[in-house]
Amino acid sequence: MSGIGKSNEKWILLAPAITVLLLITALPFVQTFGQSFTDAKITALDRPTLWIGLENYIYALSDPYFREAIGRTLYFTITSVGLEVIIGVGVALLLNQAFRGRTLMRALIILPWAVPTIVNALAWRLIYHPDYGALNSILLQTGLIDNYRSWLGDPKMAMNMVILADVWKNFPLIAYVALASLQTIPGDLLKAAAVEGARPWKRFRAITLPWIMGPLMVVLILRMIEAFRVFDIIYIMTRGGPSDSTKTASFYVYQEYFNYLRSGSGSSYAIIVAGISAVLILAYYVGTRQQNNGANA
Amino acid sequence: MTKIKLLTAASIIALSASGALAETTLHALFMSQAAYSEENIQDMTAEFEAANPGITVEMEFVPYEALHDKVVAASGAGDNGYDVVLFDVIWPAEFAERGFLMDVSDRIPADLTDQIFEGAWTTVEYQGKRFGMPWILDTKYMFYNREMLAAAGFDAPPATWAELLVQAQAIKDQGIVEYPLVWSWSQSEAMICDYTTLTAAFGGDLFTDGVPAFAEGGAKQAVEYMHGSLTAGLTNPASTEYFEEDVRRVFSNGDAAFALNWTYMNSLVNDPAESQVAGKVGVVPGLGGAGHSTASAVNGSMGLGIPSNSPHADEAWAYIAYLADKSVQESYATLSLPIWKASYSETAVTDGQEELVAAASKAIAVMYPRPLVPSYTEVSNILQSNIHGALLGEVSVDEALTEAVKRIERIR
Amino acid sequence: MKRRPLHSVLLYTAVLFLAIFTLAPLVWLVLMSISTPTDLTTVPLNWIPSQIDLSRYAQLLNINDGSGARFLAALRNSMLTAGGATLIALIVAIPAAYAFTRRGAPMILLFVFLATIMMPPITYVLPLYQIFGSFGMLNNTVTLIIVYCALLLPFATWLMKANLDVLPIEIEHAAFMEGASTITTLRRVVLPLALPAIAATGMLSFLVAWDEFFYALIFTSDMSAKTLPVTIADFAAGRVTDYGVIAAVGVLATLPPAILAIAFQRFIVSGLVAGSVKG
Repeated sequence: MSGIGKSNEKWILLAPAITVLLLITALPFVQTFGQSFTDAKITALDRPTLWIGLENYIYALSDPYFREAIGRTLYFTITSVGLEVIIGVGVALLLNQAFRGRTLMRALIILPWAVPTIVNALAWRLIYHPDYGALNSILLQTGLIDNYRSWLGDPKMAMNMVILADVWKNFPLIAYVALASLQTIPGDLLKAAAVEGARPWKRFRAITLPWIMGPLMVVLILRMIEAFRVFDIIYIMTRGGPSDSTKTASFYVYQEYFNYLRSGSGSSYAIIVAGISAVLILAYYVGTRQQNNGANA
Repeated sequence: MTKIKLLTAASIIALSASGALAETTLHALFMSQAAYSEENIQDMTAEFEAANPGITVEMEFVPYEALHDKVVAASGAGDNGYDVVLFDVIWPAEFAERGFLMDVSDRIPADLTDQIFEGAWTTVEYQGKRFGMPWILDTKYMFYNREMLAAAGFDAPPATWAELLVQAQAIKDQGIVEYPLVWSWSQSEAMICDYTTLTAAFGGDLFTDGVPAFAEGGAKQAVEYMHGSLTAGLTNPASTEYFEEDVRRVFSNGDAAFALNWTYMNSLVNDPAESQVAGKVGVVPGLGGAGHSTASAVNGSMGLGIPSNSPHADEAWAYIAYLADKSVQESYATLSLPIWKASYSETAVTDGQEELVAAASKAIAVMYPRPLVPSYTEVSNILQSNIHGALLGEVSVDEALTEAVKRIERIR
Repeated sequence: MKRRPLHSVLLYTAVLFLAIFTLAPLVWLVLMSISTPTDLTTVPLNWIPSQIDLSRYAQLLNINDGSGARFLAALRNSMLTAGGATLIALIVAIPAAYAFTRRGAPMILLFVFLATIMMPPITYVLPLYQIFGSFGMLNNTVTLIIVYCALLLPFATWLMKANLDVLPIEIEHAAFMEGASTITTLRRVVLPLALPAIAATGMLSFLVAWDEFFYALIFTSDMSAKTLPVTIADFAAGRVTDYGVIAAVGVLATLPPAILAIAFQRFIVSGLVAGSVKG
């Protein structure tokens, strides 16, 4: 039984997945890709669509505003995910220690992650409110500021405030993964290193970090993909303002399609975003693979 | 009365004649806070359904930003899109160029043109054709707190924008309120509305013959005025984050002496349940600009149209005709003033809001449109982003406007 | 290992900071939802409500109230949509993952799966809207379930594969020796062993589906299909004079995923660590 058609078996097992993806994402993907080389517009009238080659791509990449948006998106991705890793791993290290109430803490940490994105966005918007927000109130009452001020209305601060809201929601994921893999480190390994006089930071860098990097990679790549195509939280919190300081690459795609009704152009922006995303992931993947191979040598 | 009901009557007769009054469900798309409240619109619809058994209307209310997005998406929905949509005055050019709305010029009786304000018609017109029925005739008015003005020694509101700064400065100097002016200057269309009002006042132009003209003259003066009021400490700095509801809230809490806002604010700031300054509020049209105008107003109206892919055009038109009907508009006149000229002398409309109606009569006559170009959304987005930068002091006004012109010229 | 007092102090201080950082926004959200409107607009804020105001909850949970009806309908829709999408995603992802792990399906295909979610989801909205529109399936929970399933599938497959990779293959071999078919092996042998992974994948998928906003916004029009995120946005977009309502809606909308997350918490941990456990 196991020998018959085993090589075909994988296709039967894969069939449902391939069907769903083919219909829902693959076909539109191909359509989008093809459309990106045309001047297609969203219109109810009969309008011939012309092939314009790379014109859309050239326009997009030579647009300094779009390039700024890519830069902003990279900033958002790296800062957001970076902070999540630092805080997440730190939290994991903490929760790996023995202390009273540890079980409770470990359970509570999951709460920010369970908050729906829109609730998170609205809650933080209320916290940042220039007139009635909790942030202003705390800072005023502790004497750190003299007057209430605007947070989401300040182009220098807005992006960071959005990042804070995003990091708060997402750090638990990293923390859990890090914690679980911390628990698999054989105690003897760390003890032996301590006996040999290795300081805590050295122990962390040489043993702990490489150990947890592997499992972290799965969730890191997920977070990077999600962060690069961030849209919902921006749409709800700032809609790209103030002064475009939170306009990310996805927002450009949204604008081209929905505001300017240029589906050909929008497709090219989308492909560019996907492309950069892919390069990011690939670079990260290759980079950590090398590091792991080096560490395990 | 008989003449005006003709619109509705004609549609109903046409419907019954065609025998199309079978079971029909209309899908209508509205905005969550468009002048009328949701209850108002639900009540109007219930009345329509009662008078037209066989037609049911499914109403959908969405935030303003989503309204445009959904009309665009629904154009690709075949028979399953919307039958009636509410659209903003800035969209007919774009929608007409793309055939999203039906041309209903033929459905409107010719004698209606004179009965409805000119400013209302521009809401639905493009290149000589009409793509819907005007429904919400709206503009921004200058609301002021009489008590605060009196405390500072002013017994009349300012007549020009320059005077406004003088009065505001006095109010601030006497410690009556820290930021006398509050506006909706977030990076959004709301800011462009204020900007347009000021441009109109200063005799400026946004576009001339399809070419950007806002980098000089009255339009540039408008941005300088806005920026100036911020640096002088007269405008609440949080204004660059505010929308209309924030303006209303700040004014209603007694934290501002002047506020520019839409019709709907009038009844709410005078409602003790919603406002702490009820009874102390005066309202005048947007102010004048010395040497250019005595009043200014932005055309912020909205119309009801039929998407081109709707399979129930006749029933949809009957519904639209009902909603726009003079008597219906007059019974719901506290949050939105009617489009009919004759309504402004009816007690049903003026009762309790005489000042507003007086202001409206002047303001409606000077309503200034935002550029009627098909690429308006892109133009507006560019203006929003650049002007916002100027207001926040990131770039000088000159730089911002020159940059905006460059970007607009690059539009495909 | 006895701990020095200083070490203890530092440790518990760190734990305290962690607790504050994690819970403060949530606690504040709950407080906002039971504070009176005046409390919320005082400067600076009254942190403790002058009186407890539960009226918003009463309104939202009352099916006879306009807001309540909308909220409860949205809650139901979200549960159906997210639950349905997760279930189908799991049913489809597990065999696919198995194909990648044990049946030699080409890894490049898995990367193609992942590549489909690198595109900003905005890109697919209009083409999908047109397709479903032509079938008259707009404003339909089933439509959202299908679309969400496609969005959840790539990562669900990848995660399941990583977990199946570390399952001891000997047990499966034993089953084959006894003549079990792939389906039976999957059902009787693999699935029970992979339960933590399935729970983790299910949890992750459910949260992503529960969260989704933009597709739901464009595709749904009324109470029969509108999910919570869209309804919440509607609440926040109207003439809001009371911020406590937004807070109350937020708290209620967070409860289902929060309860599920806490319940499945230990599975999430083990399910996400797959592929690296050495020894």
